Amino acid sequence: MENKFIPVVKIEEIGEAKVGIRAEEVVIGLAPAFKKGQHKTIVDVSHDVVLTELIAGIEEEGLVARIVRNIRTSDVCFIANDAAKLSGSGIGIGIQSKGTTVIHQKDLLPLNNLELFPQAPLLTPEIFRLIGKNAAKYAKGESPNPVPVASDQMARPKYQAKAALLHIKETKYVVENGKPIEIKYEF
Amino acid sequence: MRSKRFEVLEKRPVNKDGFIGEWVEEGLIAMESPNDPKPSLKIENNLITELDGKKREDFDMIDRFIADYAIDIDKAEKAMEFSSLEIARKIVDIHVSRDQILEITAGITPAKMTEVVAHMNVVEMMMAVQKMRSRKTPSNQCHVTNLRDNPVLIAADAAEASVRGFDEQETTIGIVRYAPFNAISIFVGAQVGRGGILTQCSVEEATELELGMKGLTSYAETVSVYGTEQVFTDGDDTPWSKAFLASAYASRGLKMRFTSGTGSEALMGNAEGKSMLYLETRCIYITRGSGVQGLQNGSVSCIGMPGSLPGGIRAVLAENLIAMLMDLECASANDQTFSHSDIRRTARTLMQMLPGTDFIFSGYSAVPNCDNMFAGSNFDAEDFDDYNILQRDLKVDGGLRPVSEDEVIKIRNKAARAIQGLFKELALPEITDEEVEAATYAHGSKDMPERNVVEDLKAAEELIKGDVTGIDLVKGLSRSGFDDVAERVLEMLKQRISGDYLQTSAILKEGFKIVSAINDKNDYMGPGTGYRLSEERWEEIKNIPTAIRPESID
Repeated sequence: MENKFIPVVKIEEIGEAKVGIRAEEVVIGLAPAFKKGQHKTIVDVSHDVVLTELIAGIEEEGLVARIVRNIRTSDVCFIANDAAKLSGSGIGIGIQSKGTTVIHQKDLLPLNNLELFPQAPLLTPEIFRLIGKNAAKYAKGESPNPVPVASDQMARPKYQAKAALLHIKETKYVVENGKPIEIKYEF
Repeated sequence: MRSKRFEVLEKRPVNKDGFIGEWVEEGLIAMESPNDPKPSLKIENNLITELDGKKREDFDMIDRFIADYAIDIDKAEKAMEFSSLEIARKIVDIHVSRDQILEITAGITPAKMTEVVAHMNVVEMMMAVQKMRSRKTPSNQCHVTNLRDNPVLIAADAAEASVRGFDEQETTIGIVRYAPFNAISIFVGAQVGRGGILTQCSVEEATELELGMKGLTSYAETVSVYGTEQVFTDGDDTPWSKAFLASAYASRGLKMRFTSGTGSEALMGNAEGKSMLYLETRCIYITRGSGVQGLQNGSVSCIGMPGSLPGGIRAVLAENLIAMLMDLECASANDQTFSHSDIRRTARTLMQMLPGTDFIFSGYSAVPNCDNMFAGSNFDAEDFDDYNILQRDLKVDGGLRPVSEDEVIKIRNKAARAIQGLFKELALPEITDEEVEAATYAHGSKDMPERNVVEDLKAAEELIKGDVTGIDLVKGLSRSGFDDVAERVLEMLKQRISGDYLQTSAILKEGFKIVSAINDKNDYMGPGTGYRLSEERWEEIKNIPTAIRPESID
C-alpha cells in the first residue's frame, strides 16, 4: 500500500547558533524563508518532507542532525558553507526554499562544494534522504559515491522563471549581517 | 465538463514552457521598466559628471567604469543632441552607413541606447543587425561535448563539426579534471576537419586562462560581466578585474570575448527594479570600456527569464543589436534549450539567422543534446538537416553546409586515429582500435565503450601540472604519422604571434586566411550591397543529398 503519511516537523527559533563541538553532528542550514515564508519546493515537495528525509538520512548513518537558519544570504553555496562552519563535524547541508541543495565542508571555498544539486525540480524525497546519508558519510570521514541525479535539459524553459520568482521572494527575508539562528525541532 | 479543444491545446509542447507576468519592482520586465533612468549626460573638464540622471558623486562602480571608459566624450555632446527616435530611424535607413551610425552610438549613454532600440520592432531590428554587425560574412559556432568527456568522441565530433561549417568550436567538461583532455581533443579534431578552426574549453576562469597560455586553446569566451554592482561583487569581481583578465589573454595573443545576457541579475535577485535590457546594456558598455573585441550575449543561459516574459525575445534581439551598435563582435547566443515547442525555438533563432550575425549560434550543439554539457542548446545535431533546409528554403547563409555520410565517416575516423596516435606519443592512457571504430560511427556517448576514468583523470592532472604545450601536440602528431594535422596545429600556434586574429570578429577561413571586421568590413547599404551569397556558396547550400535530381528520373 502507498504510504500516505505526511510528517509534520515543528520548528522553533531559539537564539543565535554557535559552533558545535560534537563530531557526530551534521548541520542543516535553512535559507531565510524556508518553512517560514515558503513551505514547499519548486515541485511542491513540502518542507516538512524535505526536513524529515534529510534528518532520517543522517540518522540512518548513526549521526545527529542539527538545524540552523541562515538569514545573512539566500545564496545556497554560502548557506551550506556557513552551516559546515557551525558543524562539529565540519560538514553541512545548505538548502533553499525552492529545494536547491549543497553538501559543504568547512575548509572549502564557498563556491566550491562536496556535492551540488542545482536542478531543484529533480529533487524528490528519496534524493533528499540520500543527500542526508551522504552528508553523514562525509562527516564520518568516508568518501561516498555522489548521489546520482538525473539532468533535464528542458528544466530551464519550464522552471527558470518560477525559480527566479521563488528566489526573489526568499531574498526578501535576508537580514544584512544577520547572525545564524539555532532551531529546535521535533516530530 | 472540459472543452475537448482546450484539452488538446493543453497538451501541446508550448504549454510545458513556463510563462510569468511582469513584476516591475524586481526587474521581471524585458524592456522599458518605469524605473529605468532617463538619458542625460554632463561633461565638465573632459570628465563625465552626470550620467543618466545620476551625479558623479552618486555613481556606483559600474556607472563610473562606463563614464570613464565606455563613452567617447568627443562624440558625446553632438550624439546626445539627436532624439532617440532620430537615431533609431538612421539605424534602419539604408542610406546612412554603418560608420555614420557608429559616430553617434559611440557617444550616447546606456539609457539613451535602450530608448533608441525601444523605438524599433523586430523587423527593423533585423534590418539594423544586417547593417550593423561587424563582419560582412556571417558565421557560426558550435558546442562539442559529451556526457562522459570521452576524448576520442570529442575529436571525431569536432572534425565533423568543422566539415559541417562551424568556424569556432567550444567544449566544456562533466568532470573538471578532464579539462586538458577535452581541450586537446577538440583542438586536434577540429584541425583534422579543416585547418583554421578556433577552439576553446569553457571552465573556471583561472584554469581556462592556463589552458590558453599552454597553447591548448585558441580563444576564450566565458568571462562573465553583470549589470548591477551587487551581482558583480557577489562573484568577487569588478569591471576592472575582468578587464585585467581580458588583458592577460591579449598578452598571449589569444582571442577573447566577454559574456553577458538579459535576465541574469533578476535571476540572482538583484535587479534594482530595472528592465533586463537596461541592465544588459550596462554589461555591453562594460565590455566596450574594457577594450575587449567582442561579446557573447542574447540572454545565453538565462533565456528562461526573458523567454517567459512579454516581449522577451524581442529584448534578446535588441541586446544583440546594441552589442553591434557598440562596434563589438557579437556571438548571438541561441545556445541553450529555450522551449519545448519547435515553433517557438525556430522563431527565436530566425531573429539572428535571417539578418546574419558574427556567430548566429554560440553555440549550436554539434552533438545530440543528451550529450550537451552546456545543459542543451536551442538546435542540436539532430536538427542539422532541418537547418540546412532552412538555408535552402530562404536562400540565407546560416554558416552550415550539407555533407555526405561518406565524407563524415572518413573525417571522423581520421580524427579518432590522430588523437589515438597523439595519446600514444604523449604517453597518455591508451585509445584502443575499438574506440576509434566506435567514434567513427557514433551518434553519441552511448555508442562508445567505457574508458578507465580514474586512469584518465590521473593522466589529465599530471598533464596540466607538467610542461606539455601546444608544441608537444605538433611533435606528437608528426611522430605518429599525421604531418598534415601537425602543420595545421602549428599554424594555429603561429597565429598567436602574428596576432591578426585579435582583430574584431576574426575567424580563419581556408588556407588560414583571416576574415575580420578589418578586411571584411560590413558595408551593407541596402539591396545589392553587403553580404550576398556567392554562386559557389549557393550551389553548396542547394545541393542537399535528399533532393531528387530531375536527370536521375527516366
